[in-house]
Amino acid sequence: MDDPLIVVTLLLVAACATAAVAVRDPERQALVLAVLGTTLAVLFTVLQAPDVALSQLAVGSALTPLLLLLSVRKVRRRGRKKDKAR
Amino acid sequence: MTRRVRLWILAVGGAGLAALLVAACLELPGFGGTSHPYGDRAVRASLARRTANTIASINFDQRAFDTLGEMSILFASVLGTVVLLRQTRDERRAKPEPAYVALPVRRYALIVLPVALLTGLYVIAHGQLSPGGGFQGGVVAATALHLLYLGADYRALERIRPVGLYEVGDALAASAYLVTGLAGLIGGAAFLANTLLPYGTFNTLSSGGTVPLLNAAIGMEVACAVVVLLARFLDQAVEIEQEGGT
Repeated sequence: MDDPLIVVTLLLVAACATAAVAVRDPERQALVLAVLGTTLAVLFTVLQAPDVALSQLAVGSALTPLLLLLSVRKVRRRGRKKDKAR
Repeated sequence: MTRRVRLWILAVGGAGLAALLVAACLELPGFGGTSHPYGDRAVRASLARRTANTIASINFDQRAFDTLGEMSILFASVLGTVVLLRQTRDERRAKPEPAYVALPVRRYALIVLPVALLTGLYVIAHGQLSPGGGFQGGVVAATALHLLYLGADYRALERIRPVGLYEVGDALAASAYLVTGLAGLIGGAAFLANTLLPYGTFNTLSSGGTVPLLNAAIGMEVACAVVVLLARFLDQAVEIEQEGGT
Protein backbone atom coordinates (compact mmCIF):
# COMPACT_ATOMS: atom_id res chain seq x y z
CA MET A 1 0.00 0.00 0.00
CA ASP A 2 3.05 2.29 -0.29
CA ASP A 3 2.45 3.28 -3.91
CA PRO A 4 1.16 6.89 -3.92
CA LEU A 5 -0.77 6.27 -7.16
CA ILE A 6 -2.84 3.53 -5.49
CA VAL A 7 -3.54 5.73 -2.47
CA VAL A 8 -4.66 8.64 -4.68
CA THR A 9 -7.01 6.47 -6.78
CA LEU A 10 -8.44 4.82 -3.65
CA LEU A 11 -9.17 8.28 -2.21
CA LEU A 12 -10.75 9.33 -5.53
CA VAL A 13 -13.01 6.27 -5.49
CA ALA A 14 -14.00 6.96 -1.88
CA ALA A 15 -14.80 10.60 -2.70
CA CYS A 16 -16.90 9.65 -5.75
CA ALA A 17 -18.76 6.92 -3.85
CA THR A 18 -19.59 9.37 -1.05
CA ALA A 19 -20.79 11.90 -3.62
CA ALA A 20 -23.00 9.24 -5.26
CA VAL A 21 -24.67 8.61 -1.90
CA ALA A 22 -24.92 12.30 -0.98
CA VAL A 23 -26.58 13.42 -4.24
CA ARG A 24 -30.33 12.92 -3.85
CA ASP A 25 -31.63 13.68 -7.35
CA PRO A 26 -31.72 10.36 -9.29
CA GLU A 27 -30.73 11.96 -12.61
CA ARG A 28 -27.60 13.53 -11.15
CA GLN A 29 -26.98 10.35 -9.19
CA ALA A 30 -26.79 8.40 -12.46
CA LEU A 31 -24.14 10.81 -13.76
CA VAL A 32 -22.12 10.62 -10.53
CA LEU A 33 -22.40 6.83 -10.78
CA ALA A 34 -20.86 7.01 -14.27
CA VAL A 35 -17.95 9.05 -12.87
CA LEU A 36 -17.60 6.54 -10.02
CA GLY A 37 -17.47 3.74 -12.60
CA THR A 38 -14.66 5.52 -14.43
CA THR A 39 -12.61 6.06 -11.25
CA LEU A 40 -13.11 2.40 -10.32
CA ALA A 41 -11.84 1.45 -13.79
CA VAL A 42 -8.76 3.61 -13.16
CA LEU A 43 -8.25 1.88 -9.79
CA PHE A 44 -8.44 -1.58 -11.40
CA THR A 45 -5.97 -0.51 -14.08
CA VAL A 46 -3.56 0.78 -11.42
CA LEU A 47 -3.93 -2.56 -9.61
CA GLN A 48 -2.97 -4.33 -12.89
CA ALA A 49 -6.38 -5.83 -13.64
CA PRO A 50 -7.16 -4.41 -17.11
CA ASP A 51 -9.80 -7.07 -17.86
CA VAL A 52 -11.88 -6.08 -14.85
CA ALA A 53 -11.27 -2.41 -15.63
CA LEU A 54 -12.73 -2.87 -19.11
CA SER A 55 -15.84 -4.59 -17.73
CA GLN A 56 -16.21 -1.85 -15.14
CA LEU A 57 -15.86 0.85 -17.78
CA ALA A 58 -18.45 -0.74 -20.08
CA VAL A 59 -21.01 -1.73 -17.44
CA GLY A 60 -20.42 0.74 -14.61
CA SER A 61 -20.01 3.95 -16.56
CA ALA A 62 -22.19 3.31 -19.62
CA LEU A 63 -24.82 0.62 -19.15
CA THR A 64 -25.95 1.13 -15.53
CA PRO A 65 -26.38 4.94 -15.75
CA LEU A 66 -28.26 4.49 -19.04
CA LEU A 67 -30.69 1.98 -17.50
CA LEU A 68 -31.14 4.28 -14.48
CA LEU A 69 -31.85 7.33 -16.65
CA LEU A 70 -34.39 5.38 -18.73
CA SER A 71 -36.16 4.19 -15.56
CA VAL A 72 -36.24 7.75 -14.18
CA ARG A 73 -37.72 8.99 -17.45
CA LYS A 74 -40.44 6.34 -17.36
CA VAL A 75 -41.38 7.15 -13.75
CA ARG A 76 -41.38 10.92 -14.42
CA ARG A 77 -43.56 10.51 -17.51
CA ARG A 78 -46.11 8.49 -15.60
CA GLY A 79 -46.19 11.15 -12.85
CA ARG A 80 -46.72 13.92 -15.38
CA LYS A 81 -49.62 12.02 -16.97
CA LYS A 82 -51.30 11.55 -13.61
CA ASP A 83 -51.05 15.27 -12.88
CA LYS A 84 -52.71 16.05 -16.22
CA ALA A 85 -55.57 13.63 -15.55
CA ARG A 86 -56.45 15.25 -12.25
CA MET B 1 -41.09 -15.15 17.75
CA THR B 2 -41.05 -11.66 19.15
CA ARG B 3 -39.16 -8.74 17.70
CA ARG B 4 -36.66 -8.91 20.57
CA VAL B 5 -35.76 -12.55 19.96
CA ARG B 6 -35.39 -11.93 16.24
CA LEU B 7 -33.04 -9.00 16.87
CA TRP B 8 -30.98 -11.16 19.22
CA ILE B 9 -30.65 -13.91 16.62
CA LEU B 10 -29.63 -11.32 14.03
CA ALA B 11 -27.05 -9.84 16.41
CA VAL B 12 -25.54 -13.27 17.20
CA GLY B 13 -25.38 -14.20 13.51
CA GLY B 14 -23.88 -10.85 12.55
CA ALA B 15 -21.27 -11.03 15.32
CA GLY B 16 -20.30 -14.57 14.28
CA LEU B 17 -19.93 -13.53 10.63
CA ALA B 18 -17.86 -10.47 11.62
CA ALA B 19 -15.57 -12.58 13.83
CA LEU B 20 -15.03 -15.14 11.04
CA LEU B 21 -14.33 -12.39 8.48
CA VAL B 22 -11.79 -10.69 10.75
CA ALA B 23 -10.12 -14.05 11.47
CA ALA B 24 -9.94 -14.77 7.72
CA CYS B 25 -8.54 -11.31 6.93
CA LEU B 26 -5.78 -11.70 9.54
CA GLU B 27 -4.48 -14.74 7.63
CA LEU B 28 -4.42 -12.95 4.24
CA PRO B 29 -1.03 -12.41 2.57
CA GLY B 30 0.19 -8.80 2.50
CA PHE B 31 -1.02 -6.29 -0.10
CA GLY B 32 0.91 -6.50 -3.39
CA GLY B 33 3.33 -9.26 -2.39
CA THR B 34 5.38 -11.37 -4.79
CA SER B 35 3.93 -14.78 -3.95
CA HIS B 36 0.98 -15.71 -6.20
CA PRO B 37 0.55 -19.50 -6.07
CA TYR B 38 -2.72 -19.54 -8.01
CA GLY B 39 -1.52 -16.96 -10.55
CA ASP B 40 1.65 -18.92 -11.30
CA ARG B 41 -0.29 -22.14 -11.92
CA ALA B 42 -2.91 -20.39 -14.06
CA VAL B 43 -0.24 -18.72 -16.22
CA ARG B 44 1.58 -22.05 -16.66
CA ALA B 45 -1.65 -23.80 -17.69
CA SER B 46 -2.64 -21.04 -20.13
CA LEU B 47 0.83 -20.98 -21.75
CA ALA B 48 0.68 -24.76 -22.15
CA ARG B 49 -2.51 -24.25 -24.21
CA ARG B 50 -0.92 -21.31 -26.10
CA THR B 51 -3.44 -18.74 -24.88
CA ALA B 52 -1.75 -15.34 -24.56
CA ASN B 53 -4.35 -13.76 -22.24
CA THR B 54 -4.39 -15.83 -19.04
CA ILE B 55 -7.72 -14.30 -17.98
CA ALA B 56 -9.31 -15.61 -21.20
CA SER B 57 -7.75 -19.01 -20.54
CA ILE B 58 -9.27 -19.04 -17.04
CA ASN B 59 -12.68 -17.86 -18.28
CA PHE B 60 -13.04 -20.10 -21.32
CA ASP B 61 -10.76 -23.06 -20.60
CA GLN B 62 -9.83 -23.68 -16.97
CA ARG B 63 -13.13 -22.36 -15.58
CA ALA B 64 -15.33 -22.60 -18.67
CA PHE B 65 -18.13 -24.19 -16.66
CA ASP B 66 -18.30 -21.11 -14.38
CA THR B 67 -18.65 -18.92 -17.46
CA LEU B 68 -21.53 -21.11 -18.63
CA GLY B 69 -23.23 -20.37 -15.29
CA GLU B 70 -22.61 -16.63 -15.62
CA MET B 71 -23.94 -16.63 -19.16
CA SER B 72 -27.08 -18.45 -17.99
CA ILE B 73 -27.58 -15.81 -15.28
CA LEU B 74 -27.46 -13.01 -17.87
CA PHE B 75 -29.73 -14.98 -20.21
CA ALA B 76 -32.28 -15.65 -17.46
CA SER B 77 -32.27 -12.06 -16.21
CA VAL B 78 -32.83 -10.68 -19.71
CA LEU B 79 -35.63 -13.21 -20.16
CA GLY B 80 -37.17 -12.00 -16.89
CA THR B 81 -36.89 -8.36 -18.02
CA VAL B 82 -38.60 -9.15 -21.32
CA VAL B 83 -41.50 -10.79 -19.46
CA LEU B 84 -41.79 -8.05 -16.82
CA LEU B 85 -41.56 -5.07 -19.19
CA ARG B 86 -43.93 -6.39 -21.85
CA GLN B 87 -46.86 -4.30 -23.04
CA THR B 88 -49.83 -5.12 -20.80
CA ARG B 89 -53.50 -4.93 -21.70
CA ASP B 90 -54.09 -1.47 -20.22
CA GLU B 91 -51.14 0.05 -22.03
CA ARG B 92 -50.86 1.35 -25.56
CA ARG B 93 -48.04 2.30 -27.86
CA ALA B 94 -47.62 5.99 -28.65
CA LYS B 95 -45.66 6.90 -31.75
CA PRO B 96 -42.48 8.62 -30.57
CA GLU B 97 -42.10 12.06 -32.08
CA PRO B 98 -38.85 13.13 -33.71
CA ALA B 99 -36.91 15.16 -31.20
CA TYR B 100 -34.59 18.09 -31.75
CA VAL B 101 -30.91 17.18 -31.28
CA ALA B 102 -28.27 19.85 -30.78
CA LEU B 103 -25.82 19.85 -33.69
CA PRO B 104 -22.62 19.17 -31.67
CA VAL B 105 -24.31 16.20 -29.97
CA ARG B 106 -25.45 14.81 -33.31
CA ARG B 107 -22.04 15.27 -34.87
CA TYR B 108 -20.23 13.71 -31.90
CA ALA B 109 -22.57 10.71 -31.69
CA LEU B 110 -22.38 9.96 -35.40
CA ILE B 111 -18.56 10.21 -35.44
CA VAL B 112 -18.08 8.12 -32.30
CA LEU B 113 -20.64 5.41 -33.20
CA PRO B 114 -18.55 3.53 -35.83
CA VAL B 115 -15.39 3.94 -33.74
CA ALA B 116 -17.08 2.53 -30.62
CA LEU B 117 -18.70 -0.31 -32.57
CA LEU B 118 -15.36 -1.25 -34.13
CA THR B 119 -13.66 -1.06 -30.72
CA GLY B 120 -16.25 -3.45 -29.30
CA LEU B 121 -15.78 -5.93 -32.14
CA TYR B 122 -11.98 -5.62 -31.82
CA VAL B 123 -12.13 -6.33 -28.09
CA ILE B 124 -14.28 -9.42 -28.73
CA ALA B 125 -12.01 -10.72 -31.50
CA HIS B 126 -8.81 -10.23 -29.50
CA GLY B 127 -10.19 -11.59 -26.23
CA GLN B 128 -7.72 -14.47 -26.11
CA LEU B 129 -4.75 -12.20 -26.90
CA SER B 130 -5.15 -8.92 -25.04
CA PRO B 131 -7.21 -7.62 -22.08
CA GLY B 132 -10.92 -7.78 -22.74
CA GLY B 133 -13.01 -10.49 -24.29
CA GLY B 134 -16.53 -11.44 -25.20
CA PHE B 135 -18.23 -9.85 -22.22
CA GLN B 136 -16.49 -6.46 -22.33
CA GLY B 137 -16.57 -6.16 -26.12
CA GLY B 138 -20.20 -7.27 -26.25
CA VAL B 139 -21.29 -4.54 -23.85
CA VAL B 140 -19.25 -1.91 -25.73
CA ALA B 141 -20.66 -2.93 -29.13
CA ALA B 142 -24.25 -3.04 -27.84
CA THR B 143 -24.09 0.35 -26.10
CA ALA B 144 -22.35 1.84 -29.15
CA LEU B 145 -25.46 1.13 -31.26
CA HIS B 146 -27.49 3.30 -28.88
CA LEU B 147 -25.43 6.36 -29.76
CA LEU B 148 -27.82 6.52 -32.70
CA TYR B 149 -30.61 7.28 -30.22
CA LEU B 150 -28.57 10.22 -28.93
CA GLY B 151 -27.45 11.42 -32.34
CA ALA B 152 -30.60 10.91 -34.39
CA ASP B 153 -33.84 9.71 -32.77
CA TYR B 154 -35.66 6.63 -31.57
CA ARG B 155 -37.07 5.70 -34.97
CA ALA B 156 -33.59 5.64 -36.54
CA LEU B 157 -32.46 3.29 -33.78
CA GLU B 158 -35.46 1.03 -34.29
CA ARG B 159 -34.70 0.74 -37.99
CA ILE B 160 -31.19 -0.67 -37.46
CA ARG B 161 -32.22 -2.76 -34.48
CA PRO B 162 -34.88 -5.39 -35.19
CA VAL B 163 -35.27 -6.74 -31.64
CA GLY B 164 -36.56 -10.12 -32.81
CA LEU B 165 -33.31 -10.87 -34.63
CA TYR B 166 -31.28 -10.01 -31.53
CA GLU B 167 -33.46 -12.27 -29.39
CA VAL B 168 -32.78 -15.13 -31.82
CA GLY B 169 -29.07 -14.24 -31.80
CA ASP B 170 -29.01 -14.31 -28.00
CA ALA B 171 -30.50 -17.82 -27.90
CA LEU B 172 -28.27 -19.03 -30.76
CA ALA B 173 -25.10 -17.80 -29.06
CA ALA B 174 -26.09 -19.39 -25.75
CA SER B 175 -26.69 -22.72 -27.48
CA ALA B 176 -23.42 -22.36 -29.43
CA TYR B 177 -21.59 -22.27 -26.10
CA LEU B 178 -23.46 -25.39 -24.94
CA VAL B 179 -22.84 -27.21 -28.24
CA THR B 180 -19.10 -26.46 -28.07
CA GLY B 181 -19.12 -27.89 -24.55
CA LEU B 182 -20.98 -30.99 -25.70
CA ALA B 183 -18.50 -31.42 -28.57
CA GLY B 184 -15.78 -31.54 -25.92
CA LEU B 185 -17.76 -34.23 -24.11
CA ILE B 186 -18.33 -36.35 -27.21
CA GLY B 187 -15.04 -35.91 -29.05
CA GLY B 188 -12.72 -35.22 -26.15
CA ALA B 189 -12.49 -35.96 -22.47
CA ALA B 190 -15.16 -33.96 -20.61
CA PHE B 191 -17.84 -31.29 -20.94
CA LEU B 192 -16.21 -28.04 -22.18
CA ALA B 193 -12.77 -29.74 -22.23
CA ASN B 194 -10.33 -27.89 -24.47
CA THR B 195 -8.77 -30.97 -26.08
CA LEU B 196 -10.58 -31.14 -29.40
CA LEU B 197 -9.00 -28.42 -31.55
CA PRO B 198 -5.30 -27.84 -32.25
CA TYR B 199 -3.86 -25.13 -30.01
CA GLY B 200 -2.27 -23.30 -32.96
CA THR B 201 0.54 -20.74 -32.86
CA PHE B 202 0.98 -18.68 -29.71
CA ASN B 203 -0.37 -15.12 -29.89
CA THR B 204 -2.43 -15.40 -33.08
CA LEU B 205 -6.19 -14.94 -33.52
CA SER B 206 -6.78 -18.69 -33.86
CA SER B 207 -4.58 -19.85 -30.97
CA GLY B 208 -5.93 -21.53 -27.84
CA GLY B 209 -8.17 -24.33 -29.15
CA THR B 210 -11.81 -23.72 -28.21
CA VAL B 211 -11.04 -20.47 -26.34
CA PRO B 212 -11.70 -18.15 -29.35
CA LEU B 213 -14.91 -20.04 -30.18
CA LEU B 214 -16.33 -19.79 -26.65
CA ASN B 215 -15.15 -16.19 -26.46
CA ALA B 216 -16.99 -15.32 -29.68
CA ALA B 217 -20.14 -17.09 -28.44
CA ILE B 218 -20.05 -15.07 -25.21
CA GLY B 219 -19.45 -11.87 -27.18
CA MET B 220 -22.50 -12.47 -29.36
CA GLU B 221 -24.62 -13.53 -26.39
CA VAL B 222 -23.74 -10.48 -24.30
CA ALA B 223 -24.13 -8.02 -27.20
CA CYS B 224 -27.56 -9.41 -28.11
CA ALA B 225 -28.65 -9.62 -24.47
CA VAL B 226 -27.71 -5.98 -23.77
CA VAL B 227 -29.47 -4.80 -26.95
CA VAL B 228 -32.65 -6.67 -25.97
CA LEU B 229 -32.43 -5.40 -22.39
CA LEU B 230 -31.99 -1.76 -23.47
CA ALA B 231 -34.75 -2.17 -26.09
CA ARG B 232 -37.23 -3.18 -23.35
CA PHE B 233 -36.22 -0.24 -21.17
CA LEU B 234 -36.38 2.17 -24.14
CA ASP B 235 -39.82 0.81 -25.07
CA GLN B 236 -41.07 1.58 -21.59
CA ALA B 237 -39.40 5.00 -21.43
CA VAL B 238 -40.35 6.24 -24.90
CA GLU B 239 -43.23 4.31 -26.44
CA ILE B 240 -45.49 2.49 -24.01
CA GLU B 241 -48.09 4.60 -22.23
CA GLN B 242 -50.72 3.66 -19.72
CA GLU B 243 -54.25 4.10 -20.99
CA GLY B 244 -56.63 6.64 -19.44
CA GLY B 245 -53.87 8.19 -17.35
CA THR B 246 -54.43 5.87 -14.41
